[in-house]
Amino acid sequence: MVEHISLVVNGARRELDVEPRRLLVQVLREDLDLTGTHVGCETSQCGACTVHLDGRAVKSCAVLAVQADGHEVLTIEGLTPPDGGLHPIQEAFRDQHGLQCGFCTPGMIMVAADLLARNADPTEADIRHGIEGNLCRCTGYQNIVGAIEQAAGEMRSSGSPA
Amino acid sequence: MTDVLGAPVKRTEDRRFITGEGRYLDDIKLPSMAHLAILRSPYAHANVRSVDTTAARAMPGVLAVFTGADIPYNPLPMAWPAGGSAGLQNNVNTPRILATDSVKWTGEGVAAVVAETPEQAVDALEGIVVDYEPLPTVVDAEKATQPGAPQLHENAPNNVVFTWTVGDKDGTDAALAGAEVVVRQRLVNQRLIPNPMEVRGDIGWYNPGTDEYTIWMSSQTPHIQRLLVGIFTMGIPEHKLRCISPDVGGAFGSKIYCYADMALVLFASKAVGGRPVKWVETRRENYHSTIHGRDHITYLEVGATKDGEVKGLRVKTYANLGGRLSTIGPGIPTTLYGRVLAGCYKIPNVFAEVTGVYTNTTFVDAYRGAGRPEATYVVERAMDLVADELGLDPAEVRRRNFLPPDAFPYENPSGLGTASGGAKIFIDSGNYEPALDKALAHAGYADIATRKAEAKARGRLLGVGLSTYIEVCGVAPSKWIGAVGEGWGAAMWESCNIKVHLTGKVVVTAGTQPQGQGHETTYAQVVSHELGVPMEDVIVQHSDTQGTPFGYGSYGSRTSSVGMTAAVKAAAKIKEKARRYAAHMLEAAPDDIEIEGAEYRVKGSPDKKKTIQEIAFALDLAFDAPEGMEPYLDETAYHDTPNCTWPFGTHVAIVEIDEETGVVDLVRYVAVDDVGKKINPMIVDGQLHGGIAQGVGQALWEGAVYGDDGQLLSGSLLDYALPKASRLPRFELDETVTPSPVNPLGVKGVGEAGTIASTAAVANAVIDALSPLGIRHLDMPYTAQTVWRAIQSAKGGQA
Repeated sequence: MVEHISLVVNGARRELDVEPRRLLVQVLREDLDLTGTHVGCETSQCGACTVHLDGRAVKSCAVLAVQADGHEVLTIEGLTPPDGGLHPIQEAFRDQHGLQCGFCTPGMIMVAADLLARNADPTEADIRHGIEGNLCRCTGYQNIVGAIEQAAGEMRSSGSPA
Repeated sequence: MTDVLGAPVKRTEDRRFITGEGRYLDDIKLPSMAHLAILRSPYAHANVRSVDTTAARAMPGVLAVFTGADIPYNPLPMAWPAGGSAGLQNNVNTPRILATDSVKWTGEGVAAVVAETPEQAVDALEGIVVDYEPLPTVVDAEKATQPGAPQLHENAPNNVVFTWTVGDKDGTDAALAGAEVVVRQRLVNQRLIPNPMEVRGDIGWYNPGTDEYTIWMSSQTPHIQRLLVGIFTMGIPEHKLRCISPDVGGAFGSKIYCYADMALVLFASKAVGGRPVKWVETRRENYHSTIHGRDHITYLEVGATKDGEVKGLRVKTYANLGGRLSTIGPGIPTTLYGRVLAGCYKIPNVFAEVTGVYTNTTFVDAYRGAGRPEATYVVERAMDLVADELGLDPAEVRRRNFLPPDAFPYENPSGLGTASGGAKIFIDSGNYEPALDKALAHAGYADIATRKAEAKARGRLLGVGLSTYIEVCGVAPSKWIGAVGEGWGAAMWESCNIKVHLTGKVVVTAGTQPQGQGHETTYAQVVSHELGVPMEDVIVQHSDTQGTPFGYGSYGSRTSSVGMTAAVKAAAKIKEKARRYAAHMLEAAPDDIEIEGAEYRVKGSPDKKKTIQEIAFALDLAFDAPEGMEPYLDETAYHDTPNCTWPFGTHVAIVEIDEETGVVDLVRYVAVDDVGKKINPMIVDGQLHGGIAQGVGQALWEGAVYGDDGQLLSGSLLDYALPKASRLPRFELDETVTPSPVNPLGVKGVGEAGTIASTAAVANAVIDALSPLGIRHLDMPYTAQTVWRAIQSAKGGQA
């Protein structure tokens, strides 16, 4: 049994036939080859699969693909500027050494973008609370927090949207 | 040109990771790829009477179903028996690719399905009927050795894998008998689950046309797996197996080993006619079938004088190794634990007896720090227990026992210098007091009584804990590790090839294997410095046995000190060949060529010069090579380190405990580490941050918990608490720098130092906070429930 869904992914409309049991993350990774969104667990703890659904961060392993029917999805590939540059949050992760193995990184960047869209000037505690649904085993979070602080500053001064 | 060695250069590899363009194992899709799923035992101990795969074979999309009876290969190899060439009896049992007669823990694979899609493979597992005969279980290593315990293996009476001793028993007995004070404590170093954010997986591909195999795997050791999976398990020689590690999403030791699934995907690919076969574990599967770490029960006895000078340390440890042995399981609680129990202290008498034990649990092997966090926990708790017993300052007790700066080279009494086979390693350098003083000053240790009183007024118990750790890393001289590791003749050298191509691009290939450490950046920094070429022209390639020279892989904090020394040596050979060819080009004698950065000049005629790029262009084409000179600027070097390296430092943790709820907050963390010189201080700090967080995780939250029936109760990320951003403070780092004399870079390695130090520091802080209640020791992890119960019990209330 398959269901037809229609959704906008990274600005492009996609029409898909999916099994109802399939998760949004499976459709993104396997059907659309958007492998920047990662799977780190099956219990919605790790946050490696974080994407934006209608502008808000969601764990795409906790969303059925059919639930995304008619909605807009943004993944790390869509956050990256098409001109070959980097989003200020991506740039800040590199500047601050906010990543090591890189596996949690796309999810962290997506949750950071959501956080900064809602709070342009977060305190360190706001940031630590805001990313606590995303696990990183490499960095001890310190430089991730620093990266989000840097990105917040740059985005405030440049007025760029998250 | 700017010298990048020692500079906090941004990482070369980052762009692909921050844009989602990394290629991890599960991101790889190959044409006609099929998918494999493994049926794992729900019982922790059972005989397997029969496996019926009839229904599964008929399910949609199923291409093949295998049981243990279908797999002809050997059980997996075990490469590091305890005691090595001392001839110590090791009662070895290792996993088969799929279990045949019995299962010993809930993760063991019993059957496997290959299907068109991952979902179809998982669905078909439900069509397999296994008739199990459940058997009694034991999960606690100490209990497993007692009379009447369930027996796991016929060749291992009382479930004992080995009993290994190190040090001077008689001397230690006498030291304890004569000590003015003796403190005894039972310590549990609980079982941990490594939890890299990327789980493990493999893709096997058999090419019927050439009879060759390729495996992509999330592994720290592609070259070693070509031996272990290929030769030792499947009987496939090196030239028929190519091992590739794509981007690896963290490992922490858990991806060093030879796992059954690696052989299974290769077998399966051949069985389905050469279609590639992918297997990727779930997180739950990772918890059951990828290795765990730690899990020691230790009886500690420490004898000291009344002024806190430690005279003897006697340790009896039960090391839980799981239901069967992982690749180097026995080596971890012996060589990497017992031999470094004395830490950075001049304890004259040390004796340790370690019993390796089988239980109905997942196998245990090296996890970040590997033996050294367990040893550090023992000796650092010992220092605090002595201080507590004598009413002395824990910092002063440590100071009194430090090896002095003139003690080196130092052969410690727990046997570093007496490794079996006669080969020696020794602590080569150290200067421990400056790190201690710096850390105490930074943490405001002198004012801690005031801070305790201030916290008490807020209803909170404040505690401060120290860990003045030392670790052995940069493993290891082959003579030494080979003597210890007799069984397959393990060596531990590294190799590096450098080619300067026609375009001037310098390609560095190495047998080491990054998992987040940034090797593409740091190797390039080293080679850029050595050859005087811009860092962006240095390309670092790794992770593929076809195209990189053999290497033992990345673990044991060894890549910088062993692998990058091979790069330095290869660069030196490149420079020598370039010098000879420059002499030819400039019509001078090689001895008259002086090298400055990328320029090769004739002494006294500074205008007569060639750059290394010009030399490479000419020599790679070799239209005009002199007689006897081989073309191409291409050199390989091997490096076998003469000794291990010895990072040290002082970590100070400050915790506050809510007396009403038992919640522990880590409020400050100060770390002063001496990791020698730094190739990239930004990366070094990052390694320390992450390492500290993992050690804090053990102290405060993490623990693998088994029911008595062998069921893993902490079997998912819902039930196993990893450190979260909101529960950690900003770590305050500082340094002392004592260059390692072992290698030309002066580096020591930093991958594990944070983890080795931090567990003990936080544990000591929590006990210090609880000490006003009369609590002298508490086993980790210090969850709110554990601490609340201890507080209630100490106060005489109901817990």
